[in-house]
Amino acid sequence: MKVYLDNSATTAVDKEVLDAMLPYFCEIYGNPSSLHAFGRNAQKAVDEARAKIASILGAKASEIYFTSGATESNNWALKGAIRASKNAKKHMITSAIEHPAIMDTCHELEKEGVEVTYIKVNHEGIVNPEDIRAAIREDTVLISIMTANNEMGAIQPIAEIGKIARDEGILFHTDAVQAIESQPINVDNMNIDMLSLSAHKFHGPKGIGILYIRSGVRLDKLIHGGHQERRQRAGTTNTPLIVGMAKALEICARDRDRNNRHMSELRDYFIDRVLNEVPYSYLNGGREKRLPNNVNMSFGFIEGESILMTLDLKGIAVSSGSACSSGSLEPSHVILALGVREELAHSSIRFSLGRDTTKEEIDYTIETLKETVDRLRGMSPLFNVEKGTGSYV
Amino acid sequence: MYNDKVLDIFANPKNVGEIKDADGVGTVGNASCGDIMQVYLKIDREKGIITDAKFKTFGCAAAIASSSVATEMVKGKTIEEALKIRNADVVETLEGLPPQKIHCSVLAEEAIAEAIKDYQKKVSGK
Ligand code: FES
Repeated sequence: MKVYLDNSATTAVDKEVLDAMLPYFCEIYGNPSSLHAFGRNAQKAVDEARAKIASILGAKASEIYFTSGATESNNWALKGAIRASKNAKKHMITSAIEHPAIMDTCHELEKEGVEVTYIKVNHEGIVNPEDIRAAIREDTVLISIMTANNEMGAIQPIAEIGKIARDEGILFHTDAVQAIESQPINVDNMNIDMLSLSAHKFHGPKGIGILYIRSGVRLDKLIHGGHQERRQRAGTTNTPLIVGMAKALEICARDRDRNNRHMSELRDYFIDRVLNEVPYSYLNGGREKRLPNNVNMSFGFIEGESILMTLDLKGIAVSSGSACSSGSLEPSHVILALGVREELAHSSIRFSLGRDTTKEEIDYTIETLKETVDRLRGMSPLFNVEKGTGSYV
Repeated sequence: MYNDKVLDIFANPKNVGEIKDADGVGTVGNASCGDIMQVYLKIDREKGIITDAKFKTFGCAAAIASSSVATEMVKGKTIEEALKIRNADVVETLEGLPPQKIHCSVLAEEAIAEAIKDYQKKVSGK
């Protein structure tokens, strides 16, 4: 049996999305910037896609900018807003659990002299909006908080944070990459000034995303060149991928409630069974305010990458927050931010469900997981199989 | 990123377990990486030959595969020969490891050396 439980890494392209894209490779292949009919036909498709995406987010079409994906969008939002600011000193606020596309960009900005405050989260992985209010200074240019976390699925109080930012007259950006599949977003109601998305997280193609920029917000450009995207983001317009992204978002919004119900039922069943049936298993993050497709658990006395690889031998795809699987020496900064001890962060596994995940797949995964944990505990110097107990000392 | 040989050995590692009356036990670990490797050796004192080796490892697939390979290698070897085993030999048997996983094979070399040191301490203590 093959089971894909890594939908937070990427998703399969929807068949409907693929069909929508296909004409724009070999038939309607003109450059949308061209004046002739080949170009105009492509431009029409891009315009329609932009309008569709805008209406789903409660935005205006002129506020949607196409990018190569959320990494670029995040880079653009942060660097663009900071560099466009006239402040003599510049400060920004983000959280301790952001994706590397934000974290690494912040570190880059720090090299330019920008001061960054990283707001801590509680043990459920949630940012307290009051902590953000307290961190605001005279020179704060920007607040960037993810809509929901990619590793342990904590959904952040974005609307409240947006309100604080608006009251204080500070720009507010959110990386909504992981959230958009299950969380409806309205940029006006949530006071969002900038928002990043990647199509491949919601059954669209890879290599395409958007940055929503509220009209009136000024950003420095990140990519220089031609006049595309109202002169704000150069590069030949990627018609097929844009069409695919719009289709994927349309399907995502249309089926959201049904998919959420399905995934959260499976998620809760999964968590309950594993907590009951696997000794020394722990849920990372809280049960409320959690993405419907996210399960993140740690398994005592064994290491995450070896869990991942053993499940892989049985056809199950997951991901891990262990240092060993990342090539760095530190385990996931997100799991550590929850207050989870290092040894358990090393053993964390993310199972991210998809809209097509079945109960049979979950049952197979749980049975295989139980065998996997037993096998690895049998090899672990920290675990005593006869007694069925372990110790880290 | 792992080759088939590594995956194969990881799937079916040899010498997993403990030796209750081991002559030498070596434990090495890298706390920052979250891995611990423990090697048990049974040694024929007269001939100075390693007659059995087992391991227990908390770590990644490369660490487990390296433990299996290293414990296989030392069996039947003299202490002097076993001390000459380098992590590169382990990597070679594994037909290569990703660069960030080389240190896992170093752990195996160190665990063997520690176990032998433990044995030598016991012997000279007598
Ligand atoms: S044990 Fe951590 S990378 Fe191999």
